[in-house]
Amino acid sequence: MRIVIGQGSCGIAAGAEKVRKSLLAAGIGAESISITGCIGMCYLEPIVDIYDDDKLTRLVKVSESDAQAIADYIGTGDRALIEKLVVSDEDSEFLTKQTRIALRNCGIINPEKIEEYIDADGYTALKSCLTEKTPEEVIEIIKTSGLAGRGGAGFPTWFKWNAARQSAGEEKYLICNADEGDPGAFMDRAVIESDPHNLIEGMLIGAFAIGAKHAVVYVRAEYPLAIKRLKNALEQAKAKGYIGENIFGTDFSCDFMIKAGAGAFVCGEETALIESLEGHRGMPRLKPPFPAQSGFWRKPSNINNVETFANVAWIINNGGEAFAAMGTEGSKGTKVFAVTGKVKRSGLVEIPMGKTLRDVIFDIGGGMKTDKPFKAVQMGGPSGGCIPSSLIDTVIDYKALGATGAIMGSGGMVVMDESTCMVGMAKFFLDFTAKESCGKCIHCRIGTKRMLEMLERITKGEGKEGDIELLEELCYAIKDGALCGLGQTAPNPVLTTIKYFRDEYEAHIKDKKCPAGECSDLIEYSVNAEKCRGCTLCAKNCPVSAISGSVKQPHTIDTDKCIKCGKCYTVCKFGAVEKA
Amino acid sequence: MEKATVDLSLLDGVLEEYASVKGSLITILQNTQDIYGYLPKEAIELISERTGIATSEILGVGTFYTQFRFEPVGKYLIMLCQGTACHVNSSDLILQTIKDELGIEDGQTTPDGIFSLKCVACLGCCSLSPVMMINEDTYGSLTPEKTKKILKELREAAV
Repeated sequence: MRIVIGQGSCGIAAGAEKVRKSLLAAGIGAESISITGCIGMCYLEPIVDIYDDDKLTRLVKVSESDAQAIADYIGTGDRALIEKLVVSDEDSEFLTKQTRIALRNCGIINPEKIEEYIDADGYTALKSCLTEKTPEEVIEIIKTSGLAGRGGAGFPTWFKWNAARQSAGEEKYLICNADEGDPGAFMDRAVIESDPHNLIEGMLIGAFAIGAKHAVVYVRAEYPLAIKRLKNALEQAKAKGYIGENIFGTDFSCDFMIKAGAGAFVCGEETALIESLEGHRGMPRLKPPFPAQSGFWRKPSNINNVETFANVAWIINNGGEAFAAMGTEGSKGTKVFAVTGKVKRSGLVEIPMGKTLRDVIFDIGGGMKTDKPFKAVQMGGPSGGCIPSSLIDTVIDYKALGATGAIMGSGGMVVMDESTCMVGMAKFFLDFTAKESCGKCIHCRIGTKRMLEMLERITKGEGKEGDIELLEELCYAIKDGALCGLGQTAPNPVLTTIKYFRDEYEAHIKDKKCPAGECSDLIEYSVNAEKCRGCTLCAKNCPVSAISGSVKQPHTIDTDKCIKCGKCYTVCKFGAVEKA
Repeated sequence: MEKATVDLSLLDGVLEEYASVKGSLITILQNTQDIYGYLPKEAIELISERTGIATSEILGVGTFYTQFRFEPVGKYLIMLCQGTACHVNSSDLILQTIKDELGIEDGQTTPDGIFSLKCVACLGCCSLSPVMMINEDTYGSLTPEKTKKILKELREAAV
C-alpha cells in the first residue's frame, strides 16, 4: 500500500507534517509514504490518502494519535480500524461535483517530483507545440478555446499573446503574475505548491507563442512553500532540458527566473508589477504603450495570471474546442473559486462557467456553517463587491457577475452570514485600499482615505444625514480620476453595499444601530438573567470590572463602565450574555 | 531592544552576486533583511555605495513595500492575517488577545525581545481562518484560548 499525505500550506498548518512524522514513528516505512499538494478540501485537512494498487481510501482530519490505527490497518487490512476517518460520501461530493482542469493534478501527484508530472502527460503539450506547431497555430488554439485572463480582468488570452507576438523586437519577456494579493483568494498558491510543472509548461508554451526567450515568475514573498517548490521544479525541468537552450532539439530556447514580490497589492496591476520587477516602487505606468509593446525593460512583454497558464497545457492536449464546449456564450472553460468565510465546506472549487453561485456555495460548499442565514457573498476582493442573497442564482459568467456590481475577479468567494456588518465590510476593504494605494493619483490616494474616514465615523455612530450621497459622489470621482485598476475599482465594495444594503447604512446613521451586531460602538451587552448560571466567568474576565453578581446568582453589566470589548460574550458558556 | 553592531561583511556575498545586476534592488534588500532581520542604516549606506543607487531611492523602495522593516524584530515575528476570510471569522478577537497577552501594539516588539507583532495582508490559508504565521510556521483556526497557548509555549521555548 502507498500512503500519500496532503502537504500544501493549509495541510501543513493543520498538522500534516506532524501526521507524517507520527506515521513514520508508528513503523510505516519511509519508502511507502509520499506527499502531494492541496486537493482543495481545506476544511478536512490533514488528509491522508491510502492507495491499495489503484483503489483509494481517503482519510480526513487525521491527527497524530490516529497514526497507530493507520499503521495497524496497513498491516492487517482491517478497515474497522480506520472507518471513523474515512471521508463521508457527502464530503466526497465536494470533489465529484467539480470539473478540474487547472487543478487537475493538485492533491494527486507529488509536486516535488517531475516524474509524476510526466506520468500525468506532463510536458507533452510543450513537445507537441515545439515540434509540430507554429506559434501562430498555438495562438489559434488558445483563441478557439476562449480562454480569458483568470487574474481578474478577464481579457482574452490569445489577444494579448498575439499583440506581443506582433510586436517588433528580438528580446521579449513572458511574465507570470503570481502576486496573488486579493485577500480571500489562494488558488494560485495552491497551483504553484501542488502542480508547479503545470505552470512552467503553460508559461513555456506562452513564451513559444509570443517569441520570448525569457520567462519570469513574480511571486509573493508571503508564499515561502510555493517559492521553494517552484525553485525545485525549475531545477528539475532544467535537468530534463525543458528549460534552457534548444528545448526538445528545436531552435526554441527559454530561460526562467523567479522574483519574489515584497508585499504591495498594487503590483497585481501589470505595469506596477513591471516597475517592481525592475527594482522600483510599484507604481503603475500610463497606458498606452501597453506591455505588449513596451513592458519589462521597455521590451515587448506579456503578463498572465497563474491560473490562466495552468489551463494552457490541457487546452493544447485536448483542443481548444473541448475547453470552449464548457461555459457560457461569453465565458468559456472552468474557473477556480476559493470558497471561504462562513461556509461549511471551504476550499478550492473548480467548476465550468455557467453554474450559479448557489451551485458553488450551497450544493458544493454545503451552505452555512453557522445557524445564521446566508447574507451575502463577497467576490473579487477589494475590487469587487458584495452580492446579496436575493441574487444567489446569478450565473458565473464575466458579464452576469459584472452586472451585479461585483466582478469575477481572481475567484475569491467570501461567504457571509447575518452576523457580518456590511458597512463594516466596506470599511474593511477601504482600509485595505487606502493602505495599498500607491499614491500616484490624488483621487485614489486622498479619496480612499476620506471614504475610509467617513465609514469609520458611520460605524462609530457619528454618521450624518447626507453621508451616503457624499460617499457615492466620492466613489464616482475616484473611479473617474484614478489611473489604474486599483483606484478605478476601489469604490466597488462601497457602491455594492450601498446598492444592496442601504438600510444597514441608514440604521447606522439614523438609529445609531448595527443590525448585524458587529460594530462595537453601536452595541450594548446585557446578561439574560434566565440563562445566567452565576458561574462568574464573565466577571472574572471583564477588564474593567463592569460585571457584578454573586456566585450562582444572575450577573449584571454596568453599561456606563462597559468598554464593549466583548470578552464576556465570548467566554460565557451558556449564551447568557446578549448583544443588541 | 538594543541594536547590535552591524557586521557589514555579511553582505559581501549578496552584493557580489547582485550589485551590478540591474533591477536587483528589491532582491538585495530581501537578502539583507534575511541576514539582519531588518534593514540597518549602515547596510543601506553600503548598498548605495556598491550599487550607485541613492540612499533616498533605496529608502523610497524600502518604505513602499510592506515586507521591509527598519527596526530589529523579536525572536518570533507574529504575522497576523488581515484577509477577508479572517476578518469575517473574527480575527479582531485574535488581535486583541495577542495585544493583551503581550502588551504590544501592531508593529511593536516586547521589551524582552521575544515577540514582534505585525498585521499583514492575506496569507492565503483562508480555509483555516483566522490565521497567523510565526516565523515560517502557520497556525490556523485560532481562538483566543488557542492563541494564548501558542504564545505561552513559544515563550517557554525561548527562555
